Amino acid sequence: MMDLSILLALLQDGVVSGAVYGLLALALVLVFAVTRVILIPVGELVSFTALTYAGLEDGQIPEALPLLLALGALAFLRGALQDRGRSLGSLALQTLVLPAAIAGCAVLIAPLHAGIAVQAGLAIAVVAPMAPLLYRIAFRPLPEASVLVKLIAAVGVHLALTGLGLLCFGPEGARGPAFSDAVLTLGPMILTGQAVWVIFCTTAAMAALWAFFRLSLAGAALRATAINRRGARLVGISPDRSGLLAFWLAGLIAGLSGVLIAPLTTVYYDGGFLIGLKGFVAAIIAGLGSYPLAIAAALVVGVVESLSAFWASDFKEVIVFSVIIPVLLWRSLRHCAVGEEE
Amino acid sequence: MTRPMLILIALILLPWLPGMPLFWVSLANQIGISAIVAMGLVVLTGIAGMTSFVQAGLMGFGAYAAALVAQSWGLSPWLGLPAALLASGLAAVLMGAVTLRLSGHYLALSTIAWGVSLYFLFVNLDILGRNDGLSGLPPLSVAGYRLIDVRASAMVIGVSLLLSFIATRNLLNSRWGRALHALQGGEVAAASAGVNLGQARLLAFVYAALLAGLAGWLFAHLQRAVSPNPFGLVAGIQYLLMAVLGGAGFLPGALLGAAIVVLVNNWLQDLLPLLLGAGVNAETVVFGAGLVVLLQAAPTGLWPLLARASAMAHHPQGRTALPAPSAPNATELLQATRLHRRFGGLVAVADLSLSLHKGEILGLIGPNGAGKSTSFNLLSGVDHPDSGRVMLAGTDATGLAAPEMAKLGLARSFQHARLVAGLSVIENVALGAHLRGTASPLQAILRRDRAEEAALFATAARALDRVGLLAEADRPATSLALGQQRLVEIARALAASPAVLLLDEPAAGLRHAEKQALAALLRQLAASGMGVLLVEHDMEFVMSLAHRLVVLDFGTVIAAGTPAEIRQSPAVIEAYLGAAA
Repeated sequence: MMDLSILLALLQDGVVSGAVYGLLALALVLVFAVTRVILIPVGELVSFTALTYAGLEDGQIPEALPLLLALGALAFLRGALQDRGRSLGSLALQTLVLPAAIAGCAVLIAPLHAGIAVQAGLAIAVVAPMAPLLYRIAFRPLPEASVLVKLIAAVGVHLALTGLGLLCFGPEGARGPAFSDAVLTLGPMILTGQAVWVIFCTTAAMAALWAFFRLSLAGAALRATAINRRGARLVGISPDRSGLLAFWLAGLIAGLSGVLIAPLTTVYYDGGFLIGLKGFVAAIIAGLGSYPLAIAAALVVGVVESLSAFWASDFKEVIVFSVIIPVLLWRSLRHCAVGEEE
Repeated sequence: MTRPMLILIALILLPWLPGMPLFWVSLANQIGISAIVAMGLVVLTGIAGMTSFVQAGLMGFGAYAAALVAQSWGLSPWLGLPAALLASGLAAVLMGAVTLRLSGHYLALSTIAWGVSLYFLFVNLDILGRNDGLSGLPPLSVAGYRLIDVRASAMVIGVSLLLSFIATRNLLNSRWGRALHALQGGEVAAASAGVNLGQARLLAFVYAALLAGLAGWLFAHLQRAVSPNPFGLVAGIQYLLMAVLGGAGFLPGALLGAAIVVLVNNWLQDLLPLLLGAGVNAETVVFGAGLVVLLQAAPTGLWPLLARASAMAHHPQGRTALPAPSAPNATELLQATRLHRRFGGLVAVADLSLSLHKGEILGLIGPNGAGKSTSFNLLSGVDHPDSGRVMLAGTDATGLAAPEMAKLGLARSFQHARLVAGLSVIENVALGAHLRGTASPLQAILRRDRAEEAALFATAARALDRVGLLAEADRPATSLALGQQRLVEIARALAASPAVLLLDEPAAGLRHAEKQALAALLRQLAASGMGVLLVEHDMEFVMSLAHRLVVLDFGTVIAAGTPAEIRQSPAVIEAYLGAAA
């Protein structure tokens, strides 16, 4: 039924997908800590990047470009409305010029088959800027709203993006090219090159984030906002700018996750939601607060998923989402009221 | 009674008007079923402040239960109704047992996880027909007449909708409704008034689930087939959209929101394929974007914009207040022995001992940060001491939660008035008498609680009268000036007819005449045997009122005695004015 090599293969699958869930969990914890937004649409960014990356292998001009430009225009209008026309220049630069420049590059580079690394970078560059644009459109106008209201707005954004994803990418799924076709045999374990790449990239990304938070001023400002928003404001850290930065990082992380997951499974326009939700399970297990705990939880989620795919594939999702229940129960027994707002 | 009857007759007859397009009737049926689910969300989200994305899943429990009973097991479709309610109610109790202690966004997130899990459960269970679901359900039948016509279904749905509306309104206008209102921002005050918050949360969740189960049963027999799709997460989001769109705090908003969403959905499904070609899921874009725009532009929903919110409920008028409960025999009502409380490295209260006797007014004073409010929280069960003992009316009350303290006869006010925003002044006061009512939620729904409610409101009115605010009884509580809000809190405490009354800075924000009236009231209460403990900054007020004073500084008692003794105490003078150089 199950021998050591199958178990090791399952564990490897679990750790690989767990690493991606871990990245997403990081993005979710980060965005929540800084802006109190629970970023449900992170999953759409994952699937959009994966589909764009897969399309670039065929030399296709990214199908997400119209969406990027449209979101930019919408963000410009929303920003101009909210700020009553102040600092239009910088707003236009970030919401109109930047997406247009990215679109221009994409149109030029896409047909060239410039190699996996360039294609991966381009896919991330096309999709990641959508995150800060969505922040400007949907969440920046709700700065003082409760976590619940922001959550409902996030669910709305998720719903809209799913529909737009279908419009851009169509109902067919796609699978991106692997970074490496190498296969290593270590005793009973067969290690794929892609798995090594995923683990390498996630570790590097986590290290880069750590360095950003610990060593740079912008990172310190984000941490300050996360710990005490009013205090951060009093010392001159703009909550708006922190929010934008957090969404930028979340967009980049989601983009990276999309590129990493594209060769592992066939991704559909709406497939990111379940991937993102598993990041959530990890983030919630970590109480939406601790980064290391979130990564550990994500690895557990990945392994549970891969083991339950083997034993009870029909109930894989039910089992994965039920992992959350004993944890919530444990949390609720430990504290009387977990998650009291603010 | 006449107006609901008229609406009922109209609902039943309207579909049969000659020339009424059947398509409209079938849309109305969809609206009615959706509105029943959305009404549950009004109670859960709008009133009690808990967001749920799993209502469609709970509706699925009802629908599948109905299908199993009527189709797989071949029993009467009417037996499916209790089965549907049992299934969705039981599911809610189980989910609630695990998740309801969570509040705010944790609860909402866990309902997303539930929503996804339930969908995959429906898809993968053989007994539920997997992806295909169960089809070929028999229609409902009355006395051998099979209700196949959509107009006949409309009658059943109309009656269900009306009954749900009345039941929900009745529930909200009862002692349980007031407790549910308090779940949104008034938790601490409600707990101090004796409301068991966990129980109230579970009530809201289960009640909303029962409405979803009813809707599921109706849906199953209207469609005569059940499949997983209508019970997934997207459907759950749509129900929430309906509630938020209509105005989550208002019952008619549920119907309004359901109507808009169903009609727009139908219109989009007709129109968008023409514009964009088939296979484009554009209604999700419109609904998603609509939700975001709505939250930014009209966060309270549409109903309050359309109807001038006449949300103030009618409450029964009564003349006879509840009789005061028998006073405890102990003469020492409240006794604290060596209480300690630390917050991290900060010792907020150290070695606090005090006792409050029957008929006594005891003042607790001290400079800012002396630990007065912490002491108050320790004495009232809002917070618990690290060590030490609290005796209340001869019973060991150490470590009891606020509702248990309330049961033992303790009532309190708060330094920052904690009135429930969704309730009127008198309803806030009536919340204080929560424990003096006995009606169950079911009795409230069936209006079996009217005599008791009349007595509760008479009691509340009397308490309001004693603090001089009877004239403001029907105003929204949070529209009062801050000083008056404190008086309402005192009235709320009085409505519980407590043996021990704890007041946190009752005189702050009051004008001179109001202070005098308050002092007279407190003397009168003490004379009737109540023990009154008050924290106060207003020295003139407390010195003239209290029989004895306890002075705190840095969490320890530095002096105790009569006001005259305290005035002479060097330790007190030093604490307030600093040491003489």
